[in-house]
Amino acid sequence: MIADSLIRQFKTIVGDENAWTDATDLHTYSYDAAVVDPVQPGLIVRPTTIEALGQTVRLCNDNGLPLTVRGAGTNLSGGTVPLPGGVVIVTNGMKSILEINEADMYAVVQPGVVTARLAAAVEAKGLFYPPDPGSQAVSTIGGNVAENAGGLRGLKYGVTRDYVMGVSFFDVEGNLVKSGSRTVKCATGYNLTGLMVGSEGTLGVFAEIILKLIPLPVHRKAMMAVFESLERASETVAAIIADRIVPATLEFLDNFTIRAVEDFSHAGLPTDAAAMLLVELDGHAAQVEEDAARVEALCRSMGATSVRVAQDAAERDRVWAARRAALSALAQLKPTLVLEDATVPRSRLPEMVVAIQQIAKRYDLTIGTFGHAGDGNLHPTILTDKRNLNEWERVEKAIDDIFDDALKMGGTLSGEHGTGLAKCRYLEKETSAGTILFSSRVKRALDPKNILNPGKIIAAKA
Amino acid sequence: MASMDALARLMRELEDQLVVCMRCGMCQSVCPVFDQTGREADVARGKLALLNGLMEQMFDDPEGVYQRLNRCLLCGSCAANCPSGVSVQEIFLKSRAILTGYMGLSPAKRLILKGMLANPTIFDRLTEWGARFQKIFTRPVNDIVGTSCARVMSPLIQDRHFRTLAPVPFHRQVPFIDRPAGKSGLKVAIFTGCLIDKMFPAIAHSAIKVLDHLGVGIFLPANQGCCGIPALSSGDLPTFQKLLNHSLERFKAGQFDFLVTACATCTSTIHEVWPKMADARNRDAACQLATRTMDINQFLIKETRLQPLANSTVTASTVTYHDPCHLKKGLKVFNEPRAVIEATPGCKLTEMAESDWCCGMGGSFNLQYYDISKGIGMKKAAQIKDTGADVLATGCPACMIQISDMLSQAGAKIAVRHPIELLAQALDE
Repeated sequence: MIADSLIRQFKTIVGDENAWTDATDLHTYSYDAAVVDPVQPGLIVRPTTIEALGQTVRLCNDNGLPLTVRGAGTNLSGGTVPLPGGVVIVTNGMKSILEINEADMYAVVQPGVVTARLAAAVEAKGLFYPPDPGSQAVSTIGGNVAENAGGLRGLKYGVTRDYVMGVSFFDVEGNLVKSGSRTVKCATGYNLTGLMVGSEGTLGVFAEIILKLIPLPVHRKAMMAVFESLERASETVAAIIADRIVPATLEFLDNFTIRAVEDFSHAGLPTDAAAMLLVELDGHAAQVEEDAARVEALCRSMGATSVRVAQDAAERDRVWAARRAALSALAQLKPTLVLEDATVPRSRLPEMVVAIQQIAKRYDLTIGTFGHAGDGNLHPTILTDKRNLNEWERVEKAIDDIFDDALKMGGTLSGEHGTGLAKCRYLEKETSAGTILFSSRVKRALDPKNILNPGKIIAAKA
Repeated sequence: MASMDALARLMRELEDQLVVCMRCGMCQSVCPVFDQTGREADVARGKLALLNGLMEQMFDDPEGVYQRLNRCLLCGSCAANCPSGVSVQEIFLKSRAILTGYMGLSPAKRLILKGMLANPTIFDRLTEWGARFQKIFTRPVNDIVGTSCARVMSPLIQDRHFRTLAPVPFHRQVPFIDRPAGKSGLKVAIFTGCLIDKMFPAIAHSAIKVLDHLGVGIFLPANQGCCGIPALSSGDLPTFQKLLNHSLERFKAGQFDFLVTACATCTSTIHEVWPKMADARNRDAACQLATRTMDINQFLIKETRLQPLANSTVTASTVTYHDPCHLKKGLKVFNEPRAVIEATPGCKLTEMAESDWCCGMGGSFNLQYYDISKGIGMKKAAQIKDTGADVLATGCPACMIQISDMLSQAGAKIAVRHPIELLAQALDE
């Protein structure tokens, strides 16, 4: 319970209408999109100015209240699940795009700006902000930076990290810290921006973010290739890269996912295909056309049973509709969907796909796999019903095995969803005891009272 | 009041539908209320989590949940955009009924729903009285839009610019029709709907004119009632069942191929809601009628294969079309109304930005949460003005009321019409 007098102080900072303590409101901030247990916070505040944000952080620290910053609450690792009785700071009251600079190609935004809105605003000026996480229609830039979100375009364009030129943030005492710059080059001070990206709200609270923009590609071409064996499909991925072609997106769907999508959207997909690749090239028209012809030829020589090249925008939409429908189609099959994002070096992709199939068989589970083949980031999607406790135990074992296999292949626990609560206990396996010690020391030095989203990334002590 | 245990047991009936939500939060991108407030309890994910919380007895505040459940336009944007296919509207209507049963209707709603709406004859008489006296309290404010406002400050009306009640409701002008199919070989029944009957009789007259022109037979039963959605969205299931039964009785007598309405909300209620919510005695009849029910624009385009009318002398006007949520999101009807406008001589269609973003009306939502409703509506008004159109067309009288209010308050000189009115007007000239 937070004392009434303290709640009044929060209300003085953010306004009565932006601080909520009803059990009902508290319950609606107890979860995010991860399959973890909800935790009831004690107070929700929604600052509408950056000054109020800083004061809120300071007040939490002064009173030792754990605080969790939340954008749209779409993250898949439990990073925005609060602490019991803690404070949730909602950022959607600060959603201004402060500047889009065409000459210098950068944007300055507040943390609550919705990713897709920024992307659209930038595109209207002929510029491009490439990171496109699956939740971009609702996710916020603050959340994307805090989680180092990825997306479909990782292969060619990288992830959120690659577009953050600078951040200003509040430290735990509410002091404003600035790092990075509006310039392409900046060699002053520690690279605090690098430290803050992916820090999941455990080291500071973002106030402003400077993002790199690039020219919008003028031409795009999409195609869909169907394969009779998984190996052929993943070897084709390797062959495309080996031929020094870097598609903007190179996506993979396994047979189970293809059948689910077909049942869901009746798009005419080949339900007997072992795997499908969806490829999109972008850039200068002549180069795109030339590369597209090479990719098409490669797919055919690698044994694709059919290759469909989109001739116009409508056909291109149809190609991507199949990919966009993947998650929905799988989600409708069972009540609980566990979306993993274990990632391996792309050359190990065929092995990983086979490993996931074996795990599904070992634990008698339904797992559909799709994902970003081009960057080795697969989404094994476990379909279950959390109410079935026996099956849920097997799901947890399967997740352990997926992580083990990914690490054995030199991969990582999470390509783009973050560590959060869901993966923190595995982190030492991927790194080392020294890494955990070093990280804990950084955390302790910057947040002595351990109030900034405690328990995320570094596991809470039992 | 029953115990929390009893409430949780009732909520269990929704369990299989509730667990479908995976909390992905994609509904935040399309919810017009959340867009205004940024509060999780205002978006479907938050409401579904609250209902789940009640079911699991994770907290003890049914009244708080009921309040937040009512802060919803029932526009269906979330369901149309939901990756998991959660039956959001059905869950919300059922849980409103459960919670209303648990806590009881408010006195004002009891009076309106049980005292007036449930009894079509009393409802008709009261609105006729209202029509007679409204001139005393209101004055015209925008000739083109056709709105009025209160003469003196009124807590009920506030600063609204509203369409007044028709001096004579449609059912007094045309009580009954039963004429056979003409050259089209088709015959339809017309479900008038309260708003068209009492506020926009011209829409019903237009529909009849167009149907006559196309040689479509008409069955228009006397003493029609409400489709029941106002009762259902207030959680008043008994009144809904009574109204449903009344309507089924009215239409039982006629022979017709399709039931058509010119009201998006009535169409969607009959087509989508009746089969799901009808009690056992009426379920079969409701389902049978529902499958034959369609929007009038859809009927004209799909069944009569309406051809563009020959050029007449009608002055050219630019028309922009607003998609009523109840046509676009549930029924996927959005090409047909545009096709009707394009078939109308003298009408040039121009699209507005986000034509399928809700207008913010939501029936009683507009009465309870006018500030939020107006916030949503003024965005719509600005997007309409940006097109430079002379006419705003939309297939729903409730949207027409809201958009008229918003355009009028925004000082726009833009007429608000149903597509069928434009078509009928062209036939006249």
